[in-house]
Amino acid sequence: MAVTDTNRERRRRAPFAKWVKTTLLTLGSIAVTMLGLVFVTFIIGRVMPIDPVLSIVGERASQSTYDAVYLQLGLDKPLIVQFWYYLWDVIQGDFGMSLRTARPVSDDIARVFPATLELATIGVFIGIFLGVPLGVIAAVRRGSWIDQIARVVALVGYSMPIFWLGLMGLLLFYGILGWVSGPGRLGIFYEDIVPTRTGMILIDSAIAGEWAVFRNAFSHIILPASLLGYYSLAYISRMTRSFMLEQLSAEYITTARVKGMSESAVIWRHAFKNIRVQLITVIALSYANLLEGSVLTEIIFSWPGIGSYITTSLLSADMNAVLGGTVVVGLIFILLNIFSDLLYRFFDPRSK
Amino acid sequence: MKTLNTLMKGAALGLALGLMAAPATFAETPSNMLVIAHRIDDLTSMDPAESFEIQGSDASRNMYMKLVNLDPTNLDGGYVAELAESWTVSEDGRTITFTIRDDINFHSGNPVRAEDAEFSLRRAILLDKTPAFILKQFGFTPENVEQTIVADGNTLSITTDKRYATSFVLNCLTATIGGIVDKELVMANEVDGDMGNTWLRTNSAGSGAYRLVSWKPDESLTLQSNPDFHLGAPAMERVIVRHVIESASQRLLLERGDIDVARNLNPEDVAGASNADNVVIHDELRGRLMYAALNQKHPELSKPQVRQAFKYLIDYEGMQNSFLKGQYTTHQNFLPKTYLGAVDENPFSLDIEKAKALLAEAGVDGMELELGVREAQERIEIAQSLQNTAAQVGIKINITVGTSKQILARYRARELDIYVGAWGPDYPDPHTNAGTFAYNPDNSDEANATGLLAWRNGWDTGGLTEMVDAAVVENDRETRAQMYRDIQAQFRETSPFIVMFQLTEQIGRQENVQGLSLGGPITNAAYWNVTK
Repeated sequence: MAVTDTNRERRRRAPFAKWVKTTLLTLGSIAVTMLGLVFVTFIIGRVMPIDPVLSIVGERASQSTYDAVYLQLGLDKPLIVQFWYYLWDVIQGDFGMSLRTARPVSDDIARVFPATLELATIGVFIGIFLGVPLGVIAAVRRGSWIDQIARVVALVGYSMPIFWLGLMGLLLFYGILGWVSGPGRLGIFYEDIVPTRTGMILIDSAIAGEWAVFRNAFSHIILPASLLGYYSLAYISRMTRSFMLEQLSAEYITTARVKGMSESAVIWRHAFKNIRVQLITVIALSYANLLEGSVLTEIIFSWPGIGSYITTSLLSADMNAVLGGTVVVGLIFILLNIFSDLLYRFFDPRSK
Repeated sequence: MKTLNTLMKGAALGLALGLMAAPATFAETPSNMLVIAHRIDDLTSMDPAESFEIQGSDASRNMYMKLVNLDPTNLDGGYVAELAESWTVSEDGRTITFTIRDDINFHSGNPVRAEDAEFSLRRAILLDKTPAFILKQFGFTPENVEQTIVADGNTLSITTDKRYATSFVLNCLTATIGGIVDKELVMANEVDGDMGNTWLRTNSAGSGAYRLVSWKPDESLTLQSNPDFHLGAPAMERVIVRHVIESASQRLLLERGDIDVARNLNPEDVAGASNADNVVIHDELRGRLMYAALNQKHPELSKPQVRQAFKYLIDYEGMQNSFLKGQYTTHQNFLPKTYLGAVDENPFSLDIEKAKALLAEAGVDGMELELGVREAQERIEIAQSLQNTAAQVGIKINITVGTSKQILARYRARELDIYVGAWGPDYPDPHTNAGTFAYNPDNSDEANATGLLAWRNGWDTGGLTEMVDAAVVENDRETRAQMYRDIQAQFRETSPFIVMFQLTEQIGRQENVQGLSLGGPITNAAYWNVTK
């Protein structure tokens, strides 16, 4: 009896132990990845031929002013010591001061990241809600006119420079038709009305019940988000089509049809169900790209997001800002990966 | 398929509803508000003791009063009294004593006192930020400021290390660093002995036409008018500078009436915007010069004939009439037009044969050189033009393009053979450029005088340094002007600098915006006279 109880207890505790082990491994892997990311970014920042002192003191500075700032930044210390100091600060959540904005980098990131998050999230939703059905239809009606349209849509999305498309979109929908608002996150009359809670204006204005601000913010975000969504759509629809074609040619689909199952059930309950795991990877990648790769969109639409923040900081040799931004983007990638893993397990029991 | 169709219809409907639910904001800007689109990503500090970029200086000019200042309605008239109601100069010419007005208050309500002026100037020296050199050239040091900058009642005396032209000293006080800050307010925000520098980077403590409401980096800058401004409350109660990088985006905003002024239009958008209703193009001569410099550490480039040959290898007219059209005009002297002593002589033009002859005279038969230029379109095109013309005389130029910081670091380290770049004056006195283009008291590597352009190019100025020293202490205006003309005449012929163009800033503005001054060649933008 005692032995049976022990075994039962062991079996009961086994999943918990496994969960603890998995969690620890995941956290360890995050820590090692982040350490590697911080180290590589730090080294690149220090060895690249941009002088951070010059970005502070400017072209006119005398050598004595230059030397004083050089010492102040600790650049006279060995690289490994500089890295250790930096790492210690980062662990405590201190990314240092931005040389360019004269503010703590963490404050800057708290300001610019929500702007990008808001834009990329709407963008990826547009990509998913239009791209997935388009990909499925294109696969189901392979070779039909709708497949050809999907192909052209994707081709344009892949090949058209986002810079050009953004400007054309701005010209048409803002300049000529006047359907949307111009560059920026808000009109000048709507700024500083809503208290910042999340930094995402749509959410903050909804929480505050400021619907005029919400509408204005929406009219500003819809065009850049649609542009990003279009690029996302192009990628997602092509991948969806490809995954679906593979499933639709499988024998189990033929069997299902022979059994008299409706076409809708064949497509959605069988074929589509089996591509969900692959789609999650595609969508996660697409989302991650939008979160860190929308620099040009941010520039055209004067969107103060993290992409343009890192780029401008890099050109100004503001390495604290570059490092801080890169660490955050890296963390987002890692978190999206973990989230994808969790979804895999949910949708595909075999991966548990 | 029914499900698919429903989904597609739903998505399309959602998007359409989204667009319809988003009424565009076409309202013109209010009549008491000036909205400007400008690149403000270079803005790093609002502290007048630290601010040194165009955008920061623009804001500072509108937030801080100075002892003496430049009147935007009469920039040619030079400095005029502002916080100082009068001044006297001691017999030895070293001490200037200002009497401070007693009817001006800071935005905080505190009265402006001589003590605030003393604090502001001493603070600039003690903090020793980049623009401090403008004041330090008079011999002020952290060690001597208590003796050299002294308030007594309602007067402030500043004593320089030697006699300088009074106009030189007063011109320097019109620079951003001459802004007078509210001592009580600033020191109330001091942290770790920083004299309020951290706080003042993102706040204002002045008595000028506007106070700072907010500066959101890479987003916007908002100023609120000072109803008690000594020249009367500005008509524009609020000035908003929106950060818009793209020229095309600025143009669209301008044409739609969402902004009043577009500051960064490229030549194509200037041409396009000029056809739009209610938009006018505003041209204003500025002080920025575009130049090329030849490193005198290079054995061939240091030959006088080679220096001269390069001045004939520049297609001044071709560039001015093509990609620089409307924005730069030929100017071959280191003093921008309108400066005291400025001349309008442009003796050089593209002459390949003459350049060949000069190179032959120097015994140069082909060479390979590295030219450094930052990643700005017009500068790259100037470099390419030079590359093309130099190739015609057997000189191969390899162009290295980099960020401004990359190229600047190499330029300051005397590593580039040729540099193509721009230079803007720091204050409205001829010494601002004479003291860097034609001044180099110690050309040795050890001198490390990286702030001097002549040193960066390894040029021993051959007597010009002494002439510059003499001009800066000359008090007779006409004599001084002639001295700078003489310096420039020699400079044009002997220097390794090829000054090519002077900037004309072209901005787009709504037709109803009147009274805007960008500052001309000598200062920064002023908003307090703007009306709509």
